[in-house]
Amino acid sequence: MAVLTEQVADAPDASPRPALRRRRRLVDRARAIVLGAGFPLLLILLWDRAVDLAGTRLVPSPRQVAVMMYDFSFGGIYDDAFSGTILTHVWKSMQRVYGGFGLAALIAIPLGLLIGRIRTLRQLLDPTIALLRPIPVTAWLPLSMIFFGLGPNAAIFLVFLGAFYPILLNTVFGVRSVDVRLFEAAAMLGCGGAAMFREVVLPAALPAILNGLRVANGFAWILIVVGEMTGVPTGLGSVIMDGRTLSRTDLVITGMVVIGAAGFVTDRIIVAISNRLLAWSPQHHE
Amino acid sequence: MNSAAHQLAIRRVTKRFAVDDGEIEALAPVDLTIAKGEFVCLIGASGCGKSTLLRIVAGFEEPTTGDVLVGGRPVTGPGRDRGMVFQDYALFPWMTVRRNIAFGPRQRRLGRAEIDARTEIHMRLVGLERFAARYPSQLSGGMKQRVAIARVLANDADILLMDEPFGALDALTREQLQRELLQIVARTGVTVLFVTHSVEEAVLLGDRVVVMSAGPGRIDSDVAVQLPRPRDVSSPELNAIRRAVTLRLKSHLAPGRGIAAADRG
Repeated sequence: MAVLTEQVADAPDASPRPALRRRRRLVDRARAIVLGAGFPLLLILLWDRAVDLAGTRLVPSPRQVAVMMYDFSFGGIYDDAFSGTILTHVWKSMQRVYGGFGLAALIAIPLGLLIGRIRTLRQLLDPTIALLRPIPVTAWLPLSMIFFGLGPNAAIFLVFLGAFYPILLNTVFGVRSVDVRLFEAAAMLGCGGAAMFREVVLPAALPAILNGLRVANGFAWILIVVGEMTGVPTGLGSVIMDGRTLSRTDLVITGMVVIGAAGFVTDRIIVAISNRLLAWSPQHHE
Repeated sequence: MNSAAHQLAIRRVTKRFAVDDGEIEALAPVDLTIAKGEFVCLIGASGCGKSTLLRIVAGFEEPTTGDVLVGGRPVTGPGRDRGMVFQDYALFPWMTVRRNIAFGPRQRRLGRAEIDARTEIHMRLVGLERFAARYPSQLSGGMKQRVAIARVLANDADILLMDEPFGALDALTREQLQRELLQIVARTGVTVLFVTHSVEEAVLLGDRVVVMSAGPGRIDSDVAVQLPRPRDVSSPELNAIRRAVTLRLKSHLAPGRGIAAADRG
């Protein structure tokens, strides 16, 4: 009986509260979208005004870029070599970005886990890494063209170089900042060797690793333009290079916008994956 | 000596730590034997080496000289026969309660059914079956410590090594967990080496209270607590022992130090 009255007393109180919370979350969400999208729109408006006021013909107006973007996506306006080719270029660039990125992750994560855990390895490799890391990836361009020739492999190599260090350093940092007690607890429960890496070191360092992957994803898209300067015929970087040689700034800006969008979308995907993998951690939610 | 009856034997264990300009002697030769099923509390001022001794028994640290025998075999590293319960829990935050408790059995590659059965039994032992799917971050301190206890028991630990396990809990939760721990010990017959800085806790829980003194850490006295359980904190018998232990502890505070050293010879 007591339980029943409690439930009855609870019921009218409980229902409006979740509704209120849902509404607050909705308002908050709408606010984030308005502010987040409003600012770039404002910038576009300023750009439009600036071009108009300056009367320049070197920089296209947002409208001209939008037309170019439409033609690049669907064709039917200029009907040139770039009309309706967006998917080909995006696909080619994606392959190179994620070829280099994937290769970097495949090597940097296990290496980072080992460096983080094994002192001797850290002493062996730390100075070398610190020495190589500040070298700009663009400085590797001539050498990568000698190593890999003209073509996609040089681009993949440059993306790999750019993505490698953030993943490696974040992984090492992740392992180093794990509470030593967790390793002790695992050891006393009979965990050791490879199982320790798989079951404890990797998941414990995962928040930092995912952060490294996120940073590396950004670098990978930055470097694709440099990578595709190496004389490949397709890809967003090569589109920008072509736009430059043809003095078609509308094409250059179109390429920039598409790279920005690709970087944005893939970043959101990584964040979504992170949130799912780190559901256990209250600190790692965005 | 009938070492077979001793679950745990600490023999002439010393520990020196290297510091910038020389060494610190953390433990003078320490001898301590604990019988199977015994509940021994280790108490002493901070810096007396009680946690170091516990970590040596756990196998996390090596003694400088001397050795530790468990069931007659020397300790060479951490092992599942000795389960440590840390003050800050040290649960795996990415695993649910169920997975944390199943961790040890999974490492041993027991069969799926066996792992599930053990996990169930030990979740029930600590009363957490309703929280099986929760992550540690969603638990209170008392619940986390219950998981930590279940985690080592599920892995067949014969000896529970507890390093101020209830030190971070509020008074009510601490009392509750002390009661539960005694019930668990009574049901499982597990041997316990329990480090604490609370005289009351030591006298309430232990069959023996081992008082340690600092500089370097050594065993000062070994007080038997032969009172039936459950014990009443306010009973005169318990308070008499409590006073005696407090006196031993106080004898090592700065002013009484010379006298204490003298009367030990």
